[in-house]
Amino acid sequence: MSLKLAILGAGAVGGSVLDLAGDYGHEVVAFADSSSSVSDPAGLDAESVHARKERDGVVGDDDPHAVFDTDYDVLIEATPTTLGDAEPGFSHVERALADDRHVVLANKGPVAERYGDLRALEAESEGTVQFEAAVGGAIPVLSTISDLGPSHVTAARGVLNGTANFILSRMAAEGLDYEHVLAEAQDLGVAETDPSFDVDGIDAALKFVILANVLSDGDAEYRLDDADVEGIRNVPGSALDLAAEDGRTVRLIGEATSSGVRVAPRLVPQGSALSVTGTQNIVQLETTHAGQLNISGRGAGGPETATAVLSDVSRLE
Amino acid sequence: MSTQDVESESDAETDGSGELPQPHTIRLELVDEPGQLLSALQPIAENGGNLLSIFHERGNLTPRGHIPVEVDLECPPDRFDTIVDALRDAGINVIRAGAEHFGETVSLILVGDLVDTDLSHTLHSIEDGAEATVTDVSLSAPSGTQEPSSARLRLATRSGKTDEALTVVRDIAAEKDLHVVEPLTEGSA
Ligand SMILES: NC(=O)c1ccc[n+]([C@@H]2O[C@H](COP(=O)([O-])OP(=O)(O)OC[C@H]3O[C@@H](n4cnc5c(N)ncnc54)[C@H](OP(=O)(O)O)[C@@H]3O)[C@@H](O)[C@H]2O)c1
Repeated sequence: MSLKLAILGAGAVGGSVLDLAGDYGHEVVAFADSSSSVSDPAGLDAESVHARKERDGVVGDDDPHAVFDTDYDVLIEATPTTLGDAEPGFSHVERALADDRHVVLANKGPVAERYGDLRALEAESEGTVQFEAAVGGAIPVLSTISDLGPSHVTAARGVLNGTANFILSRMAAEGLDYEHVLAEAQDLGVAETDPSFDVDGIDAALKFVILANVLSDGDAEYRLDDADVEGIRNVPGSALDLAAEDGRTVRLIGEATSSGVRVAPRLVPQGSALSVTGTQNIVQLETTHAGQLNISGRGAGGPETATAVLSDVSRLE
Repeated sequence: MSTQDVESESDAETDGSGELPQPHTIRLELVDEPGQLLSALQPIAENGGNLLSIFHERGNLTPRGHIPVEVDLECPPDRFDTIVDALRDAGINVIRAGAEHFGETVSLILVGDLVDTDLSHTLHSIEDGAEATVTDVSLSAPSGTQEPSSARLRLATRSGKTDEALTVVRDIAAEKDLHVVEPLTEGSA
Protein backbone atom coordinates (compact mmCIF):
# COMPACT_ATOMS: atom_id res chain seq x y z
CA MET A 1 0.00 0.00 0.00
CA SER A 2 1.29 3.40 -0.88
CA LEU A 3 1.35 5.82 2.03
CA LYS A 4 1.36 9.61 1.84
CA LEU A 5 4.29 11.17 3.68
CA ALA A 6 4.65 14.66 5.13
CA ILE A 7 8.27 15.48 5.91
CA LEU A 8 9.38 18.08 8.46
CA GLY A 9 13.05 18.90 8.02
CA ALA A 10 14.71 19.43 4.64
CA GLY A 11 18.26 18.50 5.61
CA ALA A 12 20.37 15.41 4.95
CA VAL A 13 17.70 13.05 6.29
CA GLY A 14 14.47 14.76 5.19
CA GLY A 15 15.94 15.42 1.75
CA SER A 16 16.95 11.78 1.31
CA VAL A 17 13.51 10.55 2.38
CA LEU A 18 12.07 12.82 -0.30
CA ASP A 19 14.44 11.27 -2.86
CA LEU A 20 13.95 7.64 -1.85
CA ALA A 21 10.24 7.44 -0.90
CA GLY A 22 9.22 6.47 -4.43
CA ASP A 23 11.68 3.60 -4.39
CA TYR A 24 9.73 2.18 -1.43
CA GLY A 25 6.36 2.70 -3.11
CA HIS A 26 5.35 5.79 -1.10
CA GLU A 27 4.78 9.38 -2.09
CA VAL A 28 5.68 12.64 -0.42
CA VAL A 29 2.76 15.06 -0.32
CA ALA A 30 4.26 17.76 1.90
CA PHE A 31 7.78 18.94 2.71
CA ALA A 32 8.96 21.68 5.07
CA ASP A 33 12.12 23.36 6.26
CA SER A 34 12.42 25.88 9.11
CA SER A 35 10.74 28.74 7.25
CA SER A 36 8.62 27.31 4.45
CA SER A 37 6.71 24.35 3.06
CA VAL A 38 5.40 22.97 -0.19
CA SER A 39 2.67 20.43 -0.80
CA ASP A 40 1.01 18.55 -3.64
CA PRO A 41 -1.73 15.95 -3.12
CA ALA A 42 -0.50 14.18 -6.25
CA GLY A 43 3.03 13.83 -4.90
CA LEU A 44 5.99 16.22 -4.96
CA ASP A 45 8.72 16.14 -7.56
CA ALA A 46 11.94 15.77 -5.55
CA GLU A 47 14.17 17.40 -8.12
CA SER A 48 12.23 20.63 -8.39
CA VAL A 49 11.85 20.91 -4.61
CA HIS A 50 15.61 20.52 -4.14
CA ALA A 51 16.23 23.03 -6.92
CA ARG A 52 14.00 25.59 -5.20
CA LYS A 53 15.74 25.08 -1.87
CA GLU A 54 19.12 25.42 -3.55
CA ARG A 55 18.12 28.56 -5.42
CA ASP A 56 15.98 30.45 -2.86
CA GLY A 57 16.82 28.81 0.44
CA VAL A 58 13.17 27.81 0.87
CA VAL A 59 11.22 24.76 -0.27
CA GLY A 60 7.99 26.56 -1.15
CA ASP A 61 5.73 29.51 -0.43
CA ASP A 62 3.67 28.15 2.45
CA ASP A 63 4.19 28.33 6.16
CA PRO A 64 5.97 25.22 7.60
CA HIS A 65 2.90 24.37 9.67
CA ALA A 66 0.77 24.10 6.53
CA VAL A 67 1.99 20.51 6.19
CA PHE A 68 -0.36 19.52 9.02
CA ASP A 69 -3.35 20.62 6.94
CA THR A 70 -2.51 18.32 4.04
CA ASP A 71 -3.93 14.87 3.56
CA TYR A 72 -1.03 12.73 4.77
CA ASP A 73 -0.77 9.32 6.47
CA VAL A 74 2.65 9.53 8.12
CA LEU A 75 4.60 12.48 9.52
CA ILE A 76 8.36 12.13 9.09
CA GLU A 77 10.02 14.17 11.86
CA ALA A 78 13.54 15.09 10.70
CA THR A 79 14.12 18.46 12.34
CA PRO A 80 17.19 19.03 14.54
CA THR A 81 17.55 17.04 17.75
CA THR A 82 17.08 19.29 20.77
CA LEU A 83 17.48 18.56 24.48
CA GLY A 84 15.20 19.27 27.43
CA ASP A 85 11.66 19.86 26.14
CA ALA A 86 12.73 18.45 22.75
CA GLU A 87 10.98 21.28 20.90
CA PRO A 88 9.90 21.94 18.24
CA GLY A 89 10.05 18.23 17.41
CA PHE A 90 7.83 17.19 20.29
CA SER A 91 5.00 19.54 19.32
CA HIS A 92 5.17 18.28 15.75
CA VAL A 93 4.67 14.72 16.98
CA GLU A 94 1.91 15.84 19.35
CA ARG A 95 0.03 17.56 16.54
CA ALA A 96 0.24 14.57 14.19
CA LEU A 97 -0.87 12.10 16.87
CA ALA A 98 -3.75 14.38 17.85
CA ASP A 99 -4.84 14.14 14.22
CA ASP A 100 -4.54 10.34 14.43
CA ARG A 101 -1.63 10.14 12.02
CA HIS A 102 1.43 7.91 12.32
CA VAL A 103 4.80 9.44 13.16
CA VAL A 104 8.26 8.25 12.16
CA LEU A 105 11.11 10.08 13.87
CA ALA A 106 14.73 10.51 12.90
CA ASN A 107 14.89 13.22 15.59
CA LYS A 108 16.26 11.71 18.83
CA GLY A 109 15.07 14.48 21.17
CA PRO A 110 11.45 13.48 21.85
CA VAL A 111 12.31 9.78 22.27
CA ALA A 112 15.30 10.36 24.54
CA GLU A 113 14.04 13.28 26.61
CA ARG A 114 10.25 12.73 26.75
CA TYR A 115 9.67 9.05 26.20
CA GLY A 116 6.83 8.75 28.72
CA ASP A 117 5.00 11.80 27.32
CA LEU A 118 5.42 10.42 23.82
CA ARG A 119 4.03 7.00 24.71
CA ALA A 120 1.11 8.62 26.56
CA LEU A 121 0.17 10.65 23.48
CA GLU A 122 0.50 7.57 21.31
CA ALA A 123 -1.85 5.65 23.60
CA GLU A 124 -4.53 8.32 23.01
CA SER A 125 -4.12 8.25 19.24
CA GLU A 126 -4.99 5.98 16.35
CA GLY A 127 -1.48 6.69 15.11
CA THR A 128 1.73 4.96 16.19
CA VAL A 129 5.26 6.21 16.76
CA GLN A 130 8.35 4.59 15.22
CA PHE A 131 11.95 5.74 15.56
CA GLU A 132 14.39 3.18 14.16
CA ALA A 133 16.37 5.95 12.43
CA ALA A 134 17.07 7.70 15.74
CA VAL A 135 19.32 4.83 16.90
CA GLY A 136 22.21 3.81 14.70
CA GLY A 137 21.07 5.12 11.31
CA ALA A 138 20.76 2.21 8.89
CA ILE A 139 21.37 -0.47 11.55
CA PRO A 140 18.14 -2.30 12.40
CA VAL A 141 18.60 -2.20 16.18
CA LEU A 142 15.08 -1.41 17.35
CA SER A 143 13.36 -3.78 14.96
CA THR A 144 15.68 -6.55 16.16
CA ILE A 145 14.81 -5.76 19.78
CA SER A 146 11.15 -5.70 18.86
CA ASP A 147 11.45 -9.11 17.16
CA LEU A 148 13.26 -10.59 20.16
CA GLY A 149 10.95 -8.87 22.64
CA PRO A 150 12.48 -6.30 25.01
CA SER A 151 12.24 -8.69 27.95
CA HIS A 152 14.57 -11.09 26.16
CA VAL A 153 17.29 -8.46 25.81
CA THR A 154 19.15 -7.80 29.05
CA ALA A 155 21.63 -5.21 27.80
CA ALA A 156 22.74 -3.26 24.78
CA ARG A 157 26.24 -1.91 24.33
CA GLY A 158 28.31 -0.65 21.49
CA VAL A 159 29.57 2.20 19.38
CA LEU A 160 26.88 4.58 18.15
CA ASN A 161 28.77 7.70 17.19
CA GLY A 162 30.68 7.58 13.94
CA THR A 163 32.46 10.89 14.47
CA ALA A 164 34.00 9.90 17.80
CA ASN A 165 34.85 6.48 16.43
CA PHE A 166 36.50 7.97 13.37
CA ILE A 167 38.62 10.23 15.57
CA LEU A 168 39.69 7.47 17.97
CA SER A 169 40.47 4.97 15.24
CA ARG A 170 42.43 7.55 13.20
CA MET A 171 44.38 8.63 16.27
CA ALA A 172 45.26 5.00 16.99
CA ALA A 173 46.16 4.13 13.41
CA GLU A 174 48.20 7.23 12.61
CA GLY A 175 49.62 8.13 16.00
CA LEU A 176 48.15 11.62 15.64
CA ASP A 177 46.75 13.74 18.42
CA TYR A 178 43.11 14.66 18.98
CA GLU A 179 43.21 18.21 17.62
CA HIS A 180 44.92 17.10 14.44
CA VAL A 181 42.46 14.29 13.69
CA LEU A 182 39.49 16.47 14.61
CA ALA A 183 40.57 19.06 12.05
CA GLU A 184 40.94 16.32 9.47
CA ALA A 185 37.47 14.96 10.32
CA GLN A 186 36.02 18.45 9.91
CA ASP A 187 37.68 18.81 6.49
CA LEU A 188 36.20 15.47 5.45
CA GLY A 189 32.75 16.49 6.69
CA VAL A 190 32.79 13.66 9.25
CA ALA A 191 32.75 16.12 12.15
CA GLU A 192 30.68 19.29 12.51
CA THR A 193 32.23 22.73 12.98
CA ASP A 194 31.01 22.46 16.55
CA PRO A 195 31.82 18.83 17.30
CA SER A 196 30.78 18.87 20.96
CA PHE A 197 27.58 16.85 20.53
CA ASP A 198 29.64 14.00 19.13
CA VAL A 199 32.96 14.19 20.95
CA ASP A 200 31.43 14.89 24.36
CA GLY A 201 29.39 11.72 24.06
CA ILE A 202 25.96 13.41 24.08
CA ASP A 203 24.81 12.01 20.75
CA ALA A 204 25.82 8.48 21.75
CA ALA A 205 24.20 8.94 25.16
CA LEU A 206 20.88 9.99 23.59
CA LYS A 207 20.88 6.79 21.55
CA PHE A 208 21.63 4.60 24.56
CA VAL A 209 18.96 6.46 26.56
CA ILE A 210 16.50 5.58 23.79
CA LEU A 211 17.68 1.96 23.94
CA ALA A 212 17.26 1.95 27.72
CA ASN A 213 13.72 3.30 27.33
CA VAL A 214 12.86 0.62 24.80
CA LEU A 215 14.46 -2.17 26.85
CA SER A 216 12.79 -1.15 30.10
CA ASP A 217 9.46 -1.39 28.26
CA GLY A 218 7.64 1.05 30.53
CA ASP A 219 9.21 -0.03 33.84
CA ALA A 220 11.50 2.98 34.03
CA GLU A 221 11.98 6.14 32.03
CA TYR A 222 15.39 7.53 31.19
CA ARG A 223 16.53 10.97 30.07
CA LEU A 224 19.93 12.32 29.13
CA ASP A 225 20.30 13.60 32.70
CA ASP A 226 20.16 10.03 33.99
CA ALA A 227 23.11 8.96 31.86
CA ASP A 228 26.71 8.88 33.04
CA VAL A 229 28.50 10.50 30.10
CA GLU A 230 32.17 11.08 29.34
CA GLY A 231 33.47 12.05 25.90
CA ILE A 232 36.75 11.51 24.12
CA ARG A 233 38.46 14.89 24.54
CA ASN A 234 40.51 13.52 27.41
CA VAL A 235 41.94 10.60 25.49
CA PRO A 236 45.45 11.61 24.37
CA GLY A 237 47.49 9.83 21.73
CA SER A 238 49.71 8.44 24.47
CA ALA A 239 46.76 6.51 25.92
CA LEU A 240 46.07 4.94 22.53
CA ASP A 241 49.76 4.02 22.20
CA LEU A 242 49.77 2.32 25.58
CA ALA A 243 46.55 0.50 24.74
CA ALA A 244 48.02 -0.73 21.44
CA GLU A 245 51.16 -2.05 23.17
CA ASP A 246 48.84 -4.24 25.19
CA GLY A 247 46.79 -5.47 22.20
CA ARG A 248 43.94 -3.11 22.98
CA THR A 249 42.41 0.06 21.73
CA VAL A 250 40.02 2.73 23.01
CA ARG A 251 36.44 3.14 21.80
CA LEU A 252 33.61 5.40 22.94
CA ILE A 253 31.37 2.66 24.29
CA GLY A 254 27.76 3.12 25.33
CA GLU A 255 25.86 0.76 27.58
CA ALA A 256 22.17 0.44 28.37
CA THR A 257 21.80 -2.09 31.14
CA SER A 258 19.56 -2.66 34.13
CA SER A 259 21.86 -0.34 36.08
CA GLY A 260 21.31 2.54 33.67
CA VAL A 261 23.03 4.30 30.84
CA ARG A 262 26.74 4.93 30.59
CA VAL A 263 28.91 6.31 27.79
CA ALA A 264 32.68 6.50 28.19
CA PRO A 265 35.95 5.78 26.41
CA ARG A 266 36.79 2.16 27.23
CA LEU A 267 39.59 -0.27 26.57
CA VAL A 268 38.57 -3.06 24.22
CA PRO A 269 40.71 -5.77 22.62
CA GLN A 270 42.02 -4.87 19.15
CA GLY A 271 40.15 -6.72 16.47
CA SER A 272 37.20 -7.52 18.73
CA ALA A 273 33.61 -6.99 17.61
CA LEU A 274 33.28 -3.63 19.35
CA SER A 275 36.53 -2.19 18.00
CA VAL A 276 34.92 -1.09 14.72
CA THR A 277 36.93 1.41 12.67
CA GLY A 278 36.12 4.64 10.87
CA THR A 279 32.52 5.81 11.00
CA GLN A 280 31.16 2.27 11.44
CA ASN A 281 28.69 1.68 14.26
CA ILE A 282 27.94 -1.52 16.13
CA VAL A 283 25.39 -2.61 18.68
CA GLN A 284 25.78 -5.74 20.74
CA LEU A 285 22.62 -7.14 22.30
CA GLU A 286 22.80 -9.47 25.27
CA THR A 287 19.90 -11.89 25.05
CA THR A 288 18.38 -14.19 27.67
CA HIS A 289 18.48 -17.38 25.61
CA ALA A 290 20.53 -16.68 22.54
CA GLY A 291 23.82 -15.22 23.72
CA GLN A 292 25.10 -12.09 22.05
CA LEU A 293 23.94 -10.61 18.79
CA ASN A 294 26.15 -8.08 17.02
CA ILE A 295 24.68 -5.76 14.41
CA SER A 296 26.96 -3.34 12.65
CA GLY A 297 26.83 -0.94 9.75
CA ARG A 298 26.53 2.71 8.86
CA GLY A 299 25.14 4.68 11.73
CA ALA A 300 24.63 7.96 9.93
CA GLY A 301 24.29 9.65 6.57
CA GLY A 302 21.29 10.90 4.62
CA PRO A 303 20.39 7.85 2.48
CA GLU A 304 21.36 5.45 5.29
CA THR A 305 19.10 7.16 7.80
CA ALA A 306 16.34 7.57 5.22
CA THR A 307 16.49 3.81 4.69
CA ALA A 308 15.66 3.26 8.36
CA VAL A 309 12.87 5.87 8.15
CA LEU A 310 11.32 4.19 5.13
CA SER A 311 11.61 0.73 6.72
CA ASP A 312 9.59 2.12 9.62
CA VAL A 313 7.03 3.49 7.16
CA SER A 314 6.76 0.09 5.51
CA ARG A 315 6.12 -1.54 8.88
CA LEU A 316 3.02 0.65 9.25
CA GLU A 317 1.28 -0.92 6.28
CA MET B 1 67.46 -26.44 42.43
CA SER B 2 65.11 -28.62 40.45
CA THR B 3 61.36 -28.93 40.67
CA GLN B 4 61.95 -32.40 42.01
CA ASP B 5 63.68 -30.99 45.08
CA VAL B 6 60.88 -28.56 45.77
CA GLU B 7 58.25 -31.22 45.63
CA SER B 8 59.99 -33.79 47.72
CA GLU B 9 60.74 -31.30 50.49
CA SER B 10 57.21 -29.99 50.56
CA ASP B 11 55.82 -33.50 50.63
CA ALA B 12 57.92 -34.26 53.67
CA GLU B 13 56.70 -31.16 55.47
CA THR B 14 53.07 -31.71 54.50
CA ASP B 15 53.15 -35.24 55.76
CA GLY B 16 54.74 -34.13 58.97
CA SER B 17 52.23 -31.42 59.87
CA GLY B 18 49.16 -33.42 59.00
CA GLU B 19 47.31 -30.33 57.73
CA LEU B 20 46.20 -29.86 54.14
CA PRO B 21 48.34 -27.43 52.16
CA GLN B 22 46.68 -24.18 51.13
CA PRO B 23 47.38 -21.98 48.14
CA HIS B 24 48.99 -18.58 48.62
CA THR B 25 50.14 -15.81 46.36
CA ILE B 26 53.29 -13.90 47.23
CA ARG B 27 54.44 -10.85 45.39
CA LEU B 28 58.13 -10.09 45.39
CA GLU B 29 60.25 -7.31 44.03
CA LEU B 30 63.58 -8.43 42.70
CA VAL B 31 66.60 -6.40 41.81
CA ASP B 32 67.67 -7.02 38.25
CA GLU B 33 70.73 -9.15 38.98
CA PRO B 34 71.61 -12.69 37.92
CA GLY B 35 70.57 -15.35 40.39
CA GLN B 36 68.00 -13.17 42.15
CA LEU B 37 65.04 -15.33 41.21
CA LEU B 38 66.78 -18.49 42.26
CA SER B 39 67.75 -17.13 45.66
CA ALA B 40 64.20 -15.94 46.14
CA LEU B 41 62.73 -19.33 45.51
CA GLN B 42 65.11 -21.21 47.75
CA PRO B 43 63.59 -20.11 51.10
CA ILE B 44 60.18 -21.20 49.84
CA ALA B 45 61.29 -24.75 49.10
CA GLU B 46 63.46 -24.99 52.20
CA ASN B 47 60.53 -24.11 54.43
CA GLY B 48 57.97 -26.53 53.11
CA GLY B 49 56.40 -24.52 50.27
CA ASN B 50 55.40 -26.17 47.03
CA LEU B 51 55.75 -23.89 44.02
CA LEU B 52 52.68 -23.81 41.80
CA SER B 53 53.58 -21.08 39.35
CA ILE B 54 55.88 -18.15 38.90
CA PHE B 55 54.77 -15.09 37.02
CA HIS B 56 57.84 -13.15 36.10
CA GLU B 57 57.52 -10.52 33.44
CA ARG B 58 60.83 -9.27 32.20
CA GLY B 59 60.88 -5.74 30.93
CA ASN B 60 58.20 -4.56 33.30
CA LEU B 61 59.34 -2.60 36.29
CA THR B 62 57.56 -1.70 39.48
CA PRO B 63 57.19 1.99 40.37
CA ARG B 64 60.42 1.54 42.35
CA GLY B 65 62.31 0.19 39.35
CA HIS B 66 62.36 -3.43 40.45
CA ILE B 67 61.16 -6.54 38.68
CA PRO B 68 57.80 -7.74 39.96
CA VAL B 69 57.43 -11.47 40.45
CA GLU B 70 54.28 -13.20 41.53
CA VAL B 71 54.67 -16.62 43.07
CA ASP B 72 51.79 -19.01 43.64
CA LEU B 73 52.65 -21.70 46.13
CA GLU B 74 50.97 -24.05 48.50
CA CYS B 75 52.04 -24.93 51.99
CA PRO B 76 50.55 -26.06 55.27
CA PRO B 77 48.89 -23.12 57.03
CA ASP B 78 51.46 -23.01 59.83
CA ARG B 79 54.38 -22.76 57.40
CA PHE B 80 53.31 -19.66 55.52
CA ASP B 81 54.62 -17.06 57.95
CA THR B 82 57.88 -18.95 58.22
CA ILE B 83 58.30 -18.77 54.47
CA VAL B 84 57.61 -15.03 54.34
CA ASP B 85 60.03 -14.44 57.22
CA ALA B 86 62.69 -16.56 55.53
CA LEU B 87 62.31 -14.54 52.34
CA ARG B 88 62.63 -11.26 54.21
CA ASP B 89 65.66 -12.61 56.11
CA ALA B 90 67.23 -13.40 52.76
CA GLY B 91 66.87 -9.74 51.85
CA ILE B 92 63.98 -10.25 49.41
CA ASN B 93 61.37 -7.51 49.25
CA VAL B 94 58.00 -9.17 49.90
CA ILE B 95 55.32 -6.73 48.79
CA ARG B 96 52.23 -8.63 49.60
CA ALA B 97 51.57 -12.03 50.96
CA GLY B 98 48.15 -13.43 51.51
CA ALA B 99 46.09 -16.54 51.44
CA GLU B 100 43.73 -15.16 48.82
CA HIS B 101 44.61 -15.79 45.28
CA PHE B 102 44.56 -12.75 43.06
CA GLY B 103 42.14 -14.24 40.63
CA GLU B 104 41.48 -11.61 37.98
CA THR B 105 43.58 -9.12 36.14
CA VAL B 106 42.39 -5.98 34.41
CA SER B 107 44.17 -3.31 32.45
CA LEU B 108 43.23 0.33 32.58
CA ILE B 109 44.74 3.62 31.57
CA LEU B 110 45.12 6.70 33.73
CA VAL B 111 45.33 10.03 31.94
CA GLY B 112 46.31 13.43 33.28
CA ASP B 113 49.09 15.14 35.11
CA LEU B 114 50.43 11.87 36.46
CA VAL B 115 53.83 13.06 37.54
CA ASP B 116 52.75 16.16 39.41
CA THR B 117 49.98 14.23 41.13
CA ASP B 118 52.59 11.74 42.41
CA LEU B 119 52.13 8.55 40.43
CA SER B 120 53.69 6.36 43.06
CA HIS B 121 51.27 7.72 45.68
CA THR B 122 48.43 7.09 43.25
CA LEU B 123 49.53 3.49 42.77
CA HIS B 124 49.87 2.89 46.49
CA SER B 125 46.43 4.37 47.12
CA ILE B 126 45.00 2.02 44.51
CA GLU B 127 46.73 -1.00 46.00
CA ASP B 128 45.53 -0.14 49.49
CA GLY B 129 42.02 1.01 48.63
CA ALA B 130 41.19 -1.53 45.99
CA GLU B 131 42.88 -4.49 47.70
CA ALA B 132 44.56 -5.08 44.40
CA THR B 133 48.10 -5.48 43.26
CA VAL B 134 49.50 -3.28 40.55
CA THR B 135 51.39 -5.90 38.61
CA ASP B 136 52.51 -3.72 35.75
CA VAL B 137 52.91 -0.02 35.00
CA SER B 138 53.82 1.55 31.67
CA LEU B 139 54.12 5.30 31.57
CA SER B 140 53.97 7.48 28.51
CA ALA B 141 54.74 11.10 29.20
CA PRO B 142 55.17 13.05 25.97
CA SER B 143 57.92 15.59 26.54
CA GLY B 144 57.77 19.18 25.45
CA THR B 145 54.02 19.20 24.85
CA GLN B 146 50.98 20.21 26.81
CA GLU B 147 49.52 16.76 26.25
CA PRO B 148 48.66 14.94 29.43
CA SER B 149 50.60 11.81 30.21
CA SER B 150 49.13 8.33 30.33
CA ALA B 151 49.89 5.24 32.36
CA ARG B 152 48.68 1.76 31.67
CA LEU B 153 48.19 -0.27 34.81
CA ARG B 154 47.55 -3.92 35.20
CA LEU B 155 45.71 -4.76 38.38
CA ALA B 156 45.41 -8.18 39.90
CA THR B 157 42.21 -8.26 41.92
CA ARG B 158 40.52 -10.95 43.92
CA SER B 159 38.03 -13.09 42.05
CA GLY B 160 34.73 -11.31 41.59
CA LYS B 161 36.07 -8.01 42.96
CA THR B 162 37.09 -6.33 39.74
CA ASP B 163 34.11 -3.97 39.61
CA GLU B 164 34.73 -2.85 43.19
CA ALA B 165 38.40 -2.29 42.43
CA LEU B 166 37.51 -0.18 39.40
CA THR B 167 35.16 1.94 41.51
CA VAL B 168 38.02 2.64 43.91
CA VAL B 169 40.31 3.55 41.03
CA ARG B 170 37.66 5.94 39.71
CA ASP B 171 37.36 7.66 43.09
CA ILE B 172 41.10 8.00 43.56
CA ALA B 173 41.48 9.36 40.04
CA ALA B 174 38.66 11.86 40.56
CA GLU B 175 40.39 13.20 43.69
CA LYS B 176 43.51 13.89 41.65
CA ASP B 177 41.66 15.17 38.60
CA LEU B 178 42.82 12.23 36.53
CA HIS B 179 40.77 10.40 33.93
CA VAL B 180 40.40 6.66 33.79
CA VAL B 181 39.97 4.72 30.59
CA GLU B 182 38.37 1.62 32.03
CA PRO B 183 38.29 -1.77 30.39
CA LEU B 184 35.02 -3.09 29.09
CA THR B 185 34.87 -6.16 31.27
CA GLU B 186 31.41 -7.29 30.26
CA GLY B 187 30.51 -9.03 27.07
CA SER B 188 32.79 -10.17 24.31
CA ALA B 189 33.98 -6.62 23.64
N1 LIG C 1 22.25 12.98 9.55
C1 LIG C 1 22.22 11.76 10.07
O1 LIG C 1 22.99 10.91 9.70
C2 LIG C 1 21.21 11.42 11.14
C3 LIG C 1 21.12 10.10 11.59
C4 LIG C 1 20.16 9.76 12.55
C5 LIG C 1 19.32 10.75 13.03
N2 LIG C 1 19.44 12.03 12.60
C6 LIG C 1 18.53 13.06 13.13
O2 LIG C 1 17.65 13.45 12.10
C7 LIG C 1 17.33 14.82 12.24
C8 LIG C 1 17.68 15.55 10.95
O3 LIG C 1 19.05 15.41 10.71
P1 LIG C 1 19.76 16.09 9.46
O4 LIG C 1 21.14 15.58 9.43
O5 LIG C 1 18.89 15.94 8.28
O6 LIG C 1 19.77 17.62 9.94
P2 LIG C 1 20.07 18.91 9.07
O7 LIG C 1 20.77 18.53 7.81
O8 LIG C 1 20.68 19.90 9.98
O9 LIG C 1 18.60 19.44 8.66
C9 LIG C 1 17.67 19.89 9.60
C10 LIG C 1 16.48 20.41 8.83
O10 LIG C 1 15.43 20.71 9.76
C11 LIG C 1 14.85 21.95 9.34
N3 LIG C 1 14.14 22.58 10.46
C12 LIG C 1 14.66 23.19 11.54
N4 LIG C 1 13.65 23.61 12.34
C13 LIG C 1 12.50 23.29 11.73
C14 LIG C 1 11.11 23.50 12.03
N5 LIG C 1 10.75 24.10 13.15
N6 LIG C 1 10.19 23.03 11.16
C15 LIG C 1 10.54 22.41 10.02
N7 LIG C 1 11.83 22.18 9.67
C16 LIG C 1 12.80 22.63 10.53
C17 LIG C 1 16.02 22.76 8.83
O11 LIG C 1 15.52 23.80 8.04
P3 LIG C 1 16.47 24.85 7.23
O12 LIG C 1 16.90 24.10 6.01
O13 LIG C 1 15.53 25.96 6.91
O14 LIG C 1 17.57 25.20 8.15
C18 LIG C 1 16.78 21.69 8.04
O15 LIG C 1 16.26 21.56 6.75
C19 LIG C 1 18.09 15.33 13.44
O16 LIG C 1 17.24 15.30 14.56
C20 LIG C 1 19.20 14.31 13.58
O17 LIG C 1 19.63 14.19 14.93
C21 LIG C 1 20.36 12.38 11.65
